[in-house]
Amino acid sequence: MAQARLARREHITGWAFIAPALILLGLFMIYPIVWSLWMSFQVGKGMNLSFGGFANIVRLTKDPVFLRALGNTFTFFIFQVPIMIVLALLFAVALNDATLKFRGFFRTAIFLPCATSLIAYSTVFKSMFAIDGVVNQTLMALHIIGGPISWLGDPFWAKVLIIMAITWRWTGYNMIFYLAALQNIDRSIYEAARIDGVPAWARFWYITIPMLKPVILFTTVISTIGTLQLFDEVANLTAGTGGPSDSTLTLSLYIYNLTFKFMPSFGYSATVSWVIVVLVGILSFLQFLVARDRKPS
Amino acid sequence: MTLALVRRGIVYLLLSIAAFVSIFPFYWMVVGASNTSADIIRGKTSLGSALLTNATAFFTQVDAVRIFWNSGVIAVVATVLTLAISSLAGYGFEMFRSRVRERIFGFLLLLLSVPFAAMMVPLFVMFSQAKLVNTFAAVILPTVASIFIIFYFRQTTKAFPTELRDAAKIDGLKEWQIFLFVYLPVMRSTYAAATIIVFMANWNNYLWPLVVLQTAENKTITLILSGLTAAYTPDYGLILFGTVLATLPTILIFFLLQRRFVEGMLGAVK
Repeated sequence: MAQARLARREHITGWAFIAPALILLGLFMIYPIVWSLWMSFQVGKGMNLSFGGFANIVRLTKDPVFLRALGNTFTFFIFQVPIMIVLALLFAVALNDATLKFRGFFRTAIFLPCATSLIAYSTVFKSMFAIDGVVNQTLMALHIIGGPISWLGDPFWAKVLIIMAITWRWTGYNMIFYLAALQNIDRSIYEAARIDGVPAWARFWYITIPMLKPVILFTTVISTIGTLQLFDEVANLTAGTGGPSDSTLTLSLYIYNLTFKFMPSFGYSATVSWVIVVLVGILSFLQFLVARDRKPS
Repeated sequence: MTLALVRRGIVYLLLSIAAFVSIFPFYWMVVGASNTSADIIRGKTSLGSALLTNATAFFTQVDAVRIFWNSGVIAVVATVLTLAISSLAGYGFEMFRSRVRERIFGFLLLLLSVPFAAMMVPLFVMFSQAKLVNTFAAVILPTVASIFIIFYFRQTTKAFPTELRDAAKIDGLKEWQIFLFVYLPVMRSTYAAATIIVFMANWNNYLWPLVVLQTAENKTITLILSGLTAAYTPDYGLILFGTVLATLPTILIFFLLQRRFVEGMLGAVK
């Protein structure tokens, strides 16, 4: 009897601890998510909405700007995430070598970009990549390019600039996760492999990568979510336009523009935001599948 | 032997390039704050003499005290509330397990992958109906119950010695007293790490404040900087001076608490 009363009290206390968070999450997260799902079936301007069924989804398929934003977001994702993950892995493996000198310095330096705000660093990048700016001058002095590149004026190079900028900001962040995971790998496995004459690349491919699989999966999913939501950098580098001529427009920036810049069409912008949700879901699922398939038995 | 030396040389070379690329924008930002806008877009990499001009221009164009005050109040209040609410929940989920609460927790983790864009429009409508647009409350409230921080506290609570809780119970302490007087002091390094993550996120937050803060006197430094950068011909001297000021607090935290900073980031994957 006393036992049951104690268990009951534990039960109530348990709810009391999580209640404030659940109430806030319900109000400011779950309710808006459900509402936005409902909104995505509404058509109309401003607050004059009416039920439109799948009208918004049909509109998506015929909206060139949306298709452009979708393509751009995908381009950023396809190129940026692998480049960054590979770089972060290589740096982590190099810095995990205890005989390396200046490890602390290299680690701090590569990690330092994480301490900047997205707006601060994109502003700095914008000034560095001006047409006569420091980057073009250096590349020309090194004879890598013949004439200045119009980083912000050319659709192709604007995308390259954004990929470089995000990679600069986030490589060190991912590297730290790998470094921590590497420190948990038993050194004797490497020793044994070395004695058996396994070359360095094979140790990397057959020991390091499989051991890091869970962390790699974690960082890939996190980076996927981040890249699909890309907003701050693009908004700041292109003064909110996603230019030149929509070549860097992302889905999030398009949603913002649909909601707050053009004639507000809440229903349609909610539909676009659900495209991101679906994409994140599909891509995360695929990444889980890939990670599972290669798991060594 | 020579092969090993060459390989080592390549590793040093690549790491040095990476370190240079990582640090250069910081150097550029500081040097830029002392140069004129014309010199900056011409790629001048040495210190200039326009620091005072840039500073004066920045302080005349931007109500700096007010703006930094806004950023500071929002970041500090949001951090305190987030830590309080989310650590309570993390503790609750870990200490009082039940099947229903485990389900809820799993559901919350699923919600982590829903992008902010999907909530932005309804949130904005909600806050405008509540007449709270353009207030700090509107900026802070949606960030307070953070699933990521709840998850982080739950993970680190797994390492909290349960004997301490049992002993305190025998001494007749109530649950809230155990939380406040036993758990909190023991977990202070977890709180420190979480403080860094949450403070940085709020100080640097852009999209949601951009949506809800509408008048100039309520804006944060992040919004002001982005506004200045969006000008047709941005005055980079002034902007880089402001960027240095805005980055200073986070860089300071970074160097003072580097260990905690890293711990804070890693806490979630352990």
